Amino acid sequence: MRLQKATHYGLYAVLELARDPSRQLSATDIADIYGISSNHLAKVLRDLGRAGLVDSVRGAGGGYRFSGNSRRTTLMDVINIFEEIGSDSTAAADPGDETDIGSALLLVLGEIDDIARATFGSITLDTLLKTMRWQREREAKLVD
Amino acid sequence: MNSETRFLKVNIRSAIVDDLQKIINLDAEVTGLEKKEYWEDRFDRFTERDGRHLIVAESMTPGDVLGFIVGEVRAWEFGSRPCGWIFAIGVDPEQRIQGIGEQLYNAMCEAFKSDGASAVRTMIAREDQLNMSFFRAQGMMGGPFIELEKPLD
Repeated sequence: MRLQKATHYGLYAVLELARDPSRQLSATDIADIYGISSNHLAKVLRDLGRAGLVDSVRGAGGGYRFSGNSRRTTLMDVINIFEEIGSDSTAAADPGDETDIGSALLLVLGEIDDIARATFGSITLDTLLKTMRWQREREAKLVD
Repeated sequence: MNSETRFLKVNIRSAIVDDLQKIINLDAEVTGLEKKEYWEDRFDRFTERDGRHLIVAESMTPGDVLGFIVGEVRAWEFGSRPCGWIFAIGVDPEQRIQGIGEQLYNAMCEAFKSDGASAVRTMIAREDQLNMSFFRAQGMMGGPFIELEKPLD
């Protein structure tokens, strides 16, 4: 599956900031780490700010800081700020959806969406950051 | 364990017959469904058997069961190498977020390792976000198998 660009940027930003909540980073700092557009990221950070996940610090040396609860915020919470998985209510139903093949395909796509929602909803930011550390430790063990 | 979590000191041990009714009560409280016969059968099958484990977390007051976990090592079903399966875990709702589930999970993983298993596996309903989040927080991820089913009508 593919997430929209804004969602992806939002996850990068919120996880990068949650990695060390005492640290402040500018949109440009984060954009440089992930090789993405700082203009687009600035807009995404404003959305994250409105959702209460990041605080902006003004002035010289200002930037953004994580202000959410990493043990309570799931990946799904962040994704929901930018898009709704499997429910594009703005898109008109395809005429083919009414056919037997179309409705069978919708059933399969619905199954994939259900799994995606359950997966994103069960992973907190804290769990993802821990998973990342465990993976690094496992890889280091394999090298030794 | 996250530093924000209070880690309650508990005694982790294999279940004994005196724990059975407490496990039945705790499971009924957690799941909303009493399964007396199921647990009596589990107790008979899982206590003091190689590769099968029914472990409880007891408070510092002997006999005061705060949580339980059940699992066994199974091998070669669907081509799977020996793997520890966790069938059920339950913690007293009033005693959550104190690391009891994590201590039970770790004890079960140690038991599985002693039995020769190299991985631990479980199955969770998609809507059961509480348990799914718990197992994910222990480092569990989607594995190489997908569960399929069909209503028999």
